[in-house]
Amino acid sequence: MIQLKDVSKTFTLHNQGSAVIEVINDVSFDVAPGECVALTGASGAGKSTLMRMIYGNYLTQAGTIRIGDVDIVRAEPREIIALRREFLGYVSQFLRVVPRVPTLDVVADPLRALGVPADQAQERARTLLAQLNIPERLWSLSPTTFSGGEQQRVNIARGFAHAYPTMLLDEPTASLDAANREVVLSLIEEAKGRGAAIIGIFHDEAARARVCDREIDVSAFTPGLSSSSEAVGQTQETAA
Amino acid sequence: MRPLLSVQGVSKRYGAHIGCADVSFDLYPGEVMGIVGESGSGKSTLLNCMAGHIAPDAGKVIFDTRADGPKDTVTMSEAQRRMLSRTDWAFVHQHARDGLRMGVSAGGNVGERLMAVGERHYGDIRGKATDWLERVEIDATRVDDRPTTFSGGMQQRLQIARNLVTGPRLVFMDEPTGGLDVSVQARLLDLLRGLVRDMGLSAIIVTHDLAVVRLLADRLMVMKSGRVVEAGLTDQVLDDPQHAYSQLLVSSVLQV
Ligand SMILES: Nc1ncnc2c1ncn2[C@@H]1O[C@H](COP(=O)(O)OP(=O)(O)OP(=O)(O)O)[C@@H](O)[C@H]1O
Ligand SMILES: Nc1ncnc2c1ncn2[C@@H]1O[C@H](COP(=O)(O)OP(=O)(O)OP(=O)(O)O)[C@@H](O)[C@H]1O
Ligand SMILES: [Mg+2]
Ligand SMILES: [Mg+2]
Repeated sequence: MIQLKDVSKTFTLHNQGSAVIEVINDVSFDVAPGECVALTGASGAGKSTLMRMIYGNYLTQAGTIRIGDVDIVRAEPREIIALRREFLGYVSQFLRVVPRVPTLDVVADPLRALGVPADQAQERARTLLAQLNIPERLWSLSPTTFSGGEQQRVNIARGFAHAYPTMLLDEPTASLDAANREVVLSLIEEAKGRGAAIIGIFHDEAARARVCDREIDVSAFTPGLSSSSEAVGQTQETAA
Repeated sequence: MRPLLSVQGVSKRYGAHIGCADVSFDLYPGEVMGIVGESGSGKSTLLNCMAGHIAPDAGKVIFDTRADGPKDTVTMSEAQRRMLSRTDWAFVHQHARDGLRMGVSAGGNVGERLMAVGERHYGDIRGKATDWLERVEIDATRVDDRPTTFSGGMQQRLQIARNLVTGPRLVFMDEPTGGLDVSVQARLLDLLRGLVRDMGLSAIIVTHDLAVVRLLADRLMVMKSGRVVEAGLTDQVLDDPQHAYSQLLVSSVLQV
């Protein structure tokens, strides 16, 4: 369902002496329907970067990233937009919304974009917000003033509103209490149960062990970082 | 699917000075494209070339017309172009007073566009005008007031109502939220997003505000010195800009 082949990424910082940062070198792996794969590795290894590449948010310099039958690396913007609308969900670390839009509409929005009638989309949004313990009195307010944990739960509700066949989750359980963490893990299990292919980043090891079937250690593909030990290999970089 | 608008090699000079140079892109139905770039980079020049307000020196602007399919609007007759700008196109100016008739009532401003496309029944026109005022959150009791008595944000919303009442398929906007305070901007953005979705509009939005394009545009073009230096998915261009100038542009604002 998701297939990465020989994928590499560098950042060139033109306004900082054209410094080149090699983040990912030559990653290949597949994720099958119903499977959840964890990206692991030290902070800065490139986990979020790799996830953003799969979403088409960061450009990929080399390789192919197939989601269903679209190669994200070569797709036109409108193909990526269509893919994101129907096929590829993403729960980012932070919620980003249009100011002034009520929480209920923020959560219903992905369904509205698919042409689901307003009442039906809102019904699904209500179910998710209730499940994630967002007090009903907040539903008509914009989430911009919510606490970090509340925003994160709104973000998750929004990410799970539509039953995407493939999903990317960047630390979905961070900053949640035990009860809400449990809700999120069961949402992930439910998505796996209906055949979604999922890639997740979890700092919470117990969460990872529970929902993930495999791990990919991203440090192994980070030039200058040898897998699981960060101290070695840095010396060659300093010359630039 | 066929592009609604296909811009091919459009250039415009002002004497020896470059307005915009060799711009090409396709816009598909339902897409919203943002154009950003420093002051003087050619954004308004390009927009005006596309909307038929100024004639480019070179290039084609092919619009998929309802009746006859794709037609180059640069070479069509002035009358045909004027008809398109009344029916299928809308143009939202930065300064509402450039897009409104200040001496005519709010209802008249909206109704006038309908009359220009042949509506004659007074009751229908007034009904549609009031309906549109409500959609842009202007109280129906203000229908007979002149725009001169409106706030800047209300004038801008009236301009949007006037433009959208005829059900255009393509909307050009030049800094639609410029000059408005932040809370009014947010309200206008929310309104525009809803309209774009519900009416299936395509739009091209020129703005210097990266937060505005992030929220409204699917695709983004970055211009510098009349040329497009980078184009792509909006969030990709903003989060992983490739060109030196785009990197500078993105890093010089706080956080979008
Ligand atoms: N847009 C960007 N431009 C330049 N460099 C970037 C960009 N995004 C990420 N990087 C760099 O890529 C490297 C990997 O960062 P990334 O955020 O992917 O790490 P991570 O593994 O998710 O870390 P963490 O566990 O701390 O979230 C870092 O050196 C970071 O500075
Ligand atoms: N009528 C004109 N005659 C001569 N030069 C012009 C004319 N209109 C624009 N220009 C020049 O063409 C260039 C592009 O102008 P344009 O108005 O398209 O820029 P812009 O990107 O819209 O800038 P801003 O963000 O300030 O609105 C500028 O250098 C401008 O001075
Ligand atoms: Mg990260
Ligand atoms: Mg301008």
